[in-house]
Amino acid sequence: MKPAAFDYIRAKSAAHASALLAEDENGRIIAGGQTLMPMLAMRLARPSRLIDVARISELSYIRDEKDKISIGATTRQVMVEKSTLIAKRLPLLHKAIEWVGHPPTRARGTVGGSLANSDPAAEISLVAATLGATLRYVDETGENSISTDEYFIGPMITALPATACLAGADFPVWSEKRVGTGFEEVNARSSDFAFVSAAAQAALDADDKCARIALGIGGLGDFPVRVDIDAAKDQIEKESAVREAIAEAIADIEPLADLHATAEYRQRVAVTLAYRAVRNAVREAKELAYAN
Amino acid sequence: MRTELKINGKSHVVDVEPRKSLLDCLREDLRLVGAHAGCEHGVCGACTVIVDGTPVRSCLMLAVQAEGSEVVTIEGIAPAPGELSILQDAFCETHGMQCGFCTPGMILAAHALLRDNQEPTREEIVEAISGNICRCTGYDQIIEAVALAARRMRGRNAPDQVSA
Amino acid sequence: MSAAPRKFRYISSDRRVLEDRRFVVGKGNFVADIVRPNMKHVALVFSPHPAARIVKVDGSEALKMPGVQYVLAGDELAAAIQPMPNGMPTPEVKRYPLAVGQARYVGEWIAAVVADTRALAEDAAEKVKVEYEPLPFVVDGKEAFKKDAPPVHPAHGSNILLDKTFVWGDVEGDFAASPRKISFSQKWGRSSTVPIETFGVIAEWDAWREVLDVWASIQMPKYADQIAGSMRLPMNAVRVHQDVDVGGSYGVKRGIKQTVLVCYLAKKLNMPVRLIEDRLDNMRGGDAHGPERNFDVEIAFDDSGIIRSMKMEALDNVGAYAGRSPFQLGKPIGAIVGPYKIKSVQYRAIAVTSNKTVQEAVRAFGQSPTNYTIERALDEVAWALNLDRLEVRRRNFIQPHEFPYLIPSGTTYDSGDYPGLVNKVAKHADLDAVYAERDRLRAEGLLAGVGFASCLEPSGGNSAFEPLLNRQNKTTTWMDSCRIAVDALGTITATMHTTSAGQGHETLVATVVGEALEIAPEKIRVSRAHTLDVMPSNSPVGSRMAIMLGGAAFHAANKLKHKMMTIAAHDLGVSLDDLVWNEGTVSGKKNPDQKLTWNDIVLIAHRHYYRMPEDMEPGLTTQHVMQVPNGGKLPTDDDRIQMYPCFSFEFHVVLMSIDPDIGKPEFRRYVIGHDCGTVINPKIVHGMTMGGIAHGIGAALLEEFAYDDQGQLLTQSFMDYLLPSAHEVPKIEAVHQVTPSPLTVFGQKGSGESGYLGAPAAISSAINDALRPLGIKMNSLPLKITKLGDAIAAARAKEAKQ
Repeated sequence: MKPAAFDYIRAKSAAHASALLAEDENGRIIAGGQTLMPMLAMRLARPSRLIDVARISELSYIRDEKDKISIGATTRQVMVEKSTLIAKRLPLLHKAIEWVGHPPTRARGTVGGSLANSDPAAEISLVAATLGATLRYVDETGENSISTDEYFIGPMITALPATACLAGADFPVWSEKRVGTGFEEVNARSSDFAFVSAAAQAALDADDKCARIALGIGGLGDFPVRVDIDAAKDQIEKESAVREAIAEAIADIEPLADLHATAEYRQRVAVTLAYRAVRNAVREAKELAYAN
Repeated sequence: MRTELKINGKSHVVDVEPRKSLLDCLREDLRLVGAHAGCEHGVCGACTVIVDGTPVRSCLMLAVQAEGSEVVTIEGIAPAPGELSILQDAFCETHGMQCGFCTPGMILAAHALLRDNQEPTREEIVEAISGNICRCTGYDQIIEAVALAARRMRGRNAPDQVSA
Repeated sequence: MSAAPRKFRYISSDRRVLEDRRFVVGKGNFVADIVRPNMKHVALVFSPHPAARIVKVDGSEALKMPGVQYVLAGDELAAAIQPMPNGMPTPEVKRYPLAVGQARYVGEWIAAVVADTRALAEDAAEKVKVEYEPLPFVVDGKEAFKKDAPPVHPAHGSNILLDKTFVWGDVEGDFAASPRKISFSQKWGRSSTVPIETFGVIAEWDAWREVLDVWASIQMPKYADQIAGSMRLPMNAVRVHQDVDVGGSYGVKRGIKQTVLVCYLAKKLNMPVRLIEDRLDNMRGGDAHGPERNFDVEIAFDDSGIIRSMKMEALDNVGAYAGRSPFQLGKPIGAIVGPYKIKSVQYRAIAVTSNKTVQEAVRAFGQSPTNYTIERALDEVAWALNLDRLEVRRRNFIQPHEFPYLIPSGTTYDSGDYPGLVNKVAKHADLDAVYAERDRLRAEGLLAGVGFASCLEPSGGNSAFEPLLNRQNKTTTWMDSCRIAVDALGTITATMHTTSAGQGHETLVATVVGEALEIAPEKIRVSRAHTLDVMPSNSPVGSRMAIMLGGAAFHAANKLKHKMMTIAAHDLGVSLDDLVWNEGTVSGKKNPDQKLTWNDIVLIAHRHYYRMPEDMEPGLTTQHVMQVPNGGKLPTDDDRIQMYPCFSFEFHVVLMSIDPDIGKPEFRRYVIGHDCGTVINPKIVHGMTMGGIAHGIGAALLEEFAYDDQGQLLTQSFMDYLLPSAHEVPKIEAVHQVTPSPLTVFGQKGSGESGYLGAPAAISSAINDALRPLGIKMNSLPLKITKLGDAIAAARAKEAKQ
């Protein structure tokens, strides 16, 4: 299991990486390598050249930009895990990150790498999709951005232009005072990719009414999706209403089927996990009232 | 590709193909064979080394990517020839291994845990070693070893106790 | 009838394991750590087809690649060597290291490329062009058994390697006389031991000395014999280095095809050649796979739950070639009734070939699947009668006073106290509390169940299943040996003759020799000889080393002691009977001043021949070759045989819950009771038991070599074949009991397979108990989350309709 031969170059900046990609269509970016390296070892990926962006220091940051948290593409997952800023301001990502691989892979794996590889069950992608993050990238035309709604288009496939280098992701921060989150996932072992997963963020007003609800489901279809359950917003604590809204929202998603889980399993359990994520998010938001 | 690596505090210059993993470089070019190739695709953890203070899979990192990083391997843990660190000694005390193949990676993962957390709970120990598969022990005596080492290390630092 | 536990000096005390020091500093000597000058590396070309005629292998492009030394295909190799040994009398099922003429499973090795590095060899392997003509294939065992199934080996005529029905006792009579009968079917999924180290081997041919050196990650009886046979070399030209540390095996590190391949290349190219399987080589074409067994069972019992007779049919899908795998249906014959007094048994053992990867020996050699089925039978009887499952076990147990106990298939169990251990575990676990917790979990809306398994671990492995299943095979010797030498300066070196894969054999030998000689084990050097330092051994299989290597070490030490005392008696001019041994000093019983110290005797033996008894050999070297206790006989004409001599016992209690919406099972409590007689090293036995349970958890819940209907192996990597991590193994409580064996020197029995023998049965039992309220049962392993989830959902949907 040795990779096929390739050249290696370190990019000095995202723009440099993009220029290097433009030079050679078989070039490929490597950051933490936690997804790419196994593919190289099994020769499922055969780049002519690896463009290493891991050392571009200006791409490694977690910044509070008031209405959003901005995370650089080469920020290691462990930095997100340990960030008090993320814990406080982006609790959904904080909850999700511990489901990403295990400690040694989080030490090397990057936020941008996870988003760029776009595994259908990747937790960071799910949070990005749920919250409607904006992904920033650099290509020959300069700095650009794309919303997650357009970004995820297939299993391990994104709408990122061929010569683009991901620069960062901006996760919206909700302004409501009572925001709760829920993250649910089922997998064979805790470090494995999920068969199916769900992320929810709920905001309640002072009267415990649901002001805003965001729900995302991962692992079900080709990519993580945000599902609209606004129909159940007024009955957010009513299990049947929420389940019904979820079931309706995911009815059109073609479920994946593989060795690990049948399509029926994914479809059925997606509803349960999504419901539980919503329930937990609402519960958490409610508890905040008492804390305040 | 000429690459300068800092391993166990010492500088080494190697000439490696870019495709060579840090694991293969350690084993073949530097003859540091304590890191083992179990799966070469990042699941088993037998190749664990510490890079810039954190346990990582050396099979999921190219040697050329390690340039400038501080790498610690199992060979850098024992205080002197014939001597063991408190953690290594604890693994011997509880027999936290059988075949010994996953052991170096397991010890490095635990070593990093105990550096950051002197009083780990069972759950924290489990999480810290959860990326390292052991097929022999069922983990019981490994968890026991890490807990024992933590206790002994705390004892060593306590002024009213004899060092372990 | 059991001997009372004895007091020991070193045996059973909680001492460190001598091997551990080298492993914690990364100084093990694993095969991949060994470098020979100018060593070359092998990569493999594998079949993408489950069955195909090999039309042409063209290595010309590959040979042009940089650093490439050679490309070898099956025809050349087959012409130069003998086929791999075949356990069954099926001469047309030939097996070579590389496929000859036909590929028979996805992943089968077609060609080998030798190059300066493994990466270059892999580059070149991609350039080897193989032309295939796909053939019909069969992957399912029951399908393969059918008359019209595509034959995996056309020359053999069918896929059946073994189909033999044994009848022990009056089965039909007992069935007719029993008021109640039940039947069930279940399947043990294709899983294996999957060590973290793959198999690896280095061979080097010295043409001037005519010696073939082999370093390998091996756990294989008669390895050097097989190499010599296949390579057509005299056995004294093969030197296997047994000081290689093996990174886990648990049965599977059989490596003979890999070894013969590499030996041929090393000799042909006159260069050291190594093959270290990568994980893909290993999972699809190495010695990776284990039993895959369909069981069909009928049980006859009475109203009180006493089982009178059993009919068991076991159909094992052994994969594409035979090897020793059909024998894994044979070993369980030695414990076919488990710990229960079942009077008569009919056992039909069927081994079929299919277009799957070859099955190799796996921990417990087929006993764990059989235990899974025997325990299911006990649960079924209890459920049929609405009796407590533990009570039914208690009613059927062989009682302590009934040992030695002869079972219908001809094996005598040595000793045991099954109710005793069950009672201890029940008390420790507080069964009422366990049931209360189950009911509390159920009230919370979860599915919850309690599982039991009370299983035997046959130990002290001999090969009695070989002559039983293959009457042409008369092998009844299955020895192991130890040599002890005291050097001229008085230090002790004990030599064993096998590799080790974490079983702590050096500690075993040092402890036993230390016990016999009353000398601290840490002072004894244990060496693992190479095979030209010939001592017979059959390697650590069948939970045998505590009994066999321990026994050999004990007897060799006693011979040494006897020799030293004889020298002392002669020198002191007294009778041997008048002397006592005390920590190596020999002194008069009546006159303690009359004595010789250890060093005095060493001096006489090594330097002062004039003080030696007449005709005694100088020096202090003794050796003992041990035959398996109770073994050595051929089977009777009615197919009865003494299989393994000693029987360890284990009892599992497991409480599990299942989230019904998701299907994910969770351990709530796990208690094991374990009795392997006298424990030589408690740390080792505890570790093996815990590790065995973890392995059993994998087999029960996670691990499977799964195939699709195109014959493709879906689980080729650790991303899909799921080994339990520390998260998946719960905290396990262990309860110990010591029922010594009367057949062994300290009362010890085997423990290398403990935990694994009962964990899958217990987990299955717990899950089926949890599912009972839904009216469903799971009839196959592994019980993957999604399989459980889908079954629960289907049952609920059916319930909702009614």
